[in-house]
Amino acid sequence: MSLWEYANPVKFMALSGRILPWAAWLSGICLVVGLIWGFFFTPDDFRQGSTVKIIYLHVPSALMAINIWMMMLVTSLVWIIRRHHVSALAAKAAAPIGVAMTLIALITGAIWGQPMWGTWWAWDPRLTSFLILFLFYLGYIALWAAIEDNDTAADLTSILCLVGSVFAVLSRYAVNFWNQGLHQGASLSLDKEKNVADVFYFPLLVCIAGFVLLFIALVLLRTRTEIRARRASALLARERMA
Amino acid sequence: MMPDLGKYADAVLGAYAASIVLLIAIVALSIWQARRTKAALDDVEKRRNG
Repeated sequence: MSLWEYANPVKFMALSGRILPWAAWLSGICLVVGLIWGFFFTPDDFRQGSTVKIIYLHVPSALMAINIWMMMLVTSLVWIIRRHHVSALAAKAAAPIGVAMTLIALITGAIWGQPMWGTWWAWDPRLTSFLILFLFYLGYIALWAAIEDNDTAADLTSILCLVGSVFAVLSRYAVNFWNQGLHQGASLSLDKEKNVADVFYFPLLVCIAGFVLLFIALVLLRTRTEIRARRASALLARERMA
Repeated sequence: MMPDLGKYADAVLGAYAASIVLLIAIVALSIWQARRTKAALDDVEKRRNG
């Protein structure tokens, strides 16, 4: 069995229909457990006080904002190289979820930054690259909407996705490239010494799992919607020609 | 039951409220679009087959 079999819309619909309810339920469970655990049952941080509870929303959403763009990059490359329509539609389906995640990261970051840094916003490398990533998401959605021919839209948005990937990578590594700005280093690291304390780490992992599963459920649902919309417009076009 | 959020209560509750609203919005929008598109496709297919 090859992964490319699922480029066939019929096979994709069958498989995604089976995975979708599981991903949806598991994401709901992880989000409820993780957020309740983090909000109600973790202590305040000795420096940041209760604002540390924002970590359970800010870190998973920021992580998803960057990785959703990376998923769009992979599916866009598959479209450019192999011309699989499901792949292009999956990238299109992921973009609005990316907008929501980037917006959550920006809003929670601003709300967290105000009491900690004394300002809602600073033109810090990570914050600025994240804002540009948000604008790329909006531009990507607008470009899909602006072009009538689906294949041309997929081609041009794929190129935009390649360009925007620079900012997705910058958003992730900006704090490492430039040793300046207000934003702290990564909260999660393979180096245990650099990680947040275990009492915050475990509920954070559950929340991250919830956000990842929510993305899987939503991107499957939205890709199925795009496939159905494409089929409906093809049938309508045939009806008009008959 | 409610933890004491101290002087940062507004910030923490504001962050949770904004995030939950956005999460519900993207889920609701996706479900609404999925239902509308499925109904439209069913309609076209029914016309085509019937």
